[in-house]
Amino acid sequence: MAGKKKKHWYDYLWIWTIIYFVLGFFNILFAWLGMIDFILPLIFAIVGGNKWFCNHMCGRGQLFWVLGRNMKCSRRKQAPKWISSKWFRYGFLTFFLTMFGTMVFQTYLVFSGAESLRKAIKLFWTFKVPWQWAYNGSIFPDWVAQFSFGFYSLMLTSTLIGLIVMALYKERTWCSFCPMGTMTQGICKIKNRSGK
Amino acid sequence: MKKAVNYLDRCVACGVCAGQCPREAISIYKGCYAVVDVSKCVGCGICEKACPAGSIRVEEVHDGR
Repeated sequence: MAGKKKKHWYDYLWIWTIIYFVLGFFNILFAWLGMIDFILPLIFAIVGGNKWFCNHMCGRGQLFWVLGRNMKCSRRKQAPKWISSKWFRYGFLTFFLTMFGTMVFQTYLVFSGAESLRKAIKLFWTFKVPWQWAYNGSIFPDWVAQFSFGFYSLMLTSTLIGLIVMALYKERTWCSFCPMGTMTQGICKIKNRSGK
Repeated sequence: MKKAVNYLDRCVACGVCAGQCPREAISIYKGCYAVVDVSKCVGCGICEKACPAGSIRVEEVHDGR
């Protein structure tokens, strides 16, 4: 192959990742758009039996590549082996899904009226960051906003973890233990086994 | 001859190697792992440098395999 490969529209989805976080900074309800990044890879895996999303469309992975490789923000050193080991990948997936479940439960508490809406972001599931400017009420009930704050926290936390491992190790080290990646690869492996 | 070899047990099928390969010699097999087309691979090692899991390596491969 001489010269550079042809660029497709989906090669620029890293811009979407940035837009997503900017939108959520101004209005937290935009956090819901992140569900696209949750549902699309699963549809690809369940219906198509492939990881086309990871391979071509993941804006986060692309962002790590742009920052790590093109902008030289990565040490580009091999990460320790345990990071891509099965027990860590599935352990991290379990942890992630548990945290997702907790977040959905928190949404339910606001829905049922047991708790009131908290206009804050939680980073690394620990540090509370005030974020009240991003929500001044809307036509939607409070639980919609509660989910937004929770989901945005999850997206921001995982991106920060990804950025840390990008800087320390290879550009897309996040991909080697990304919960979505683990889940979709698991689905593909099951599908591939039973399909034949 | 040097060729890229993928150690399947570590491969996360992220597709970074396939995207970087200048000869389009790597594909992701049904979302499970990366497969190297040995006839296209020139052993440049670009995939090895990109692979976040360290599963793909350029090694001396004896003919036939």
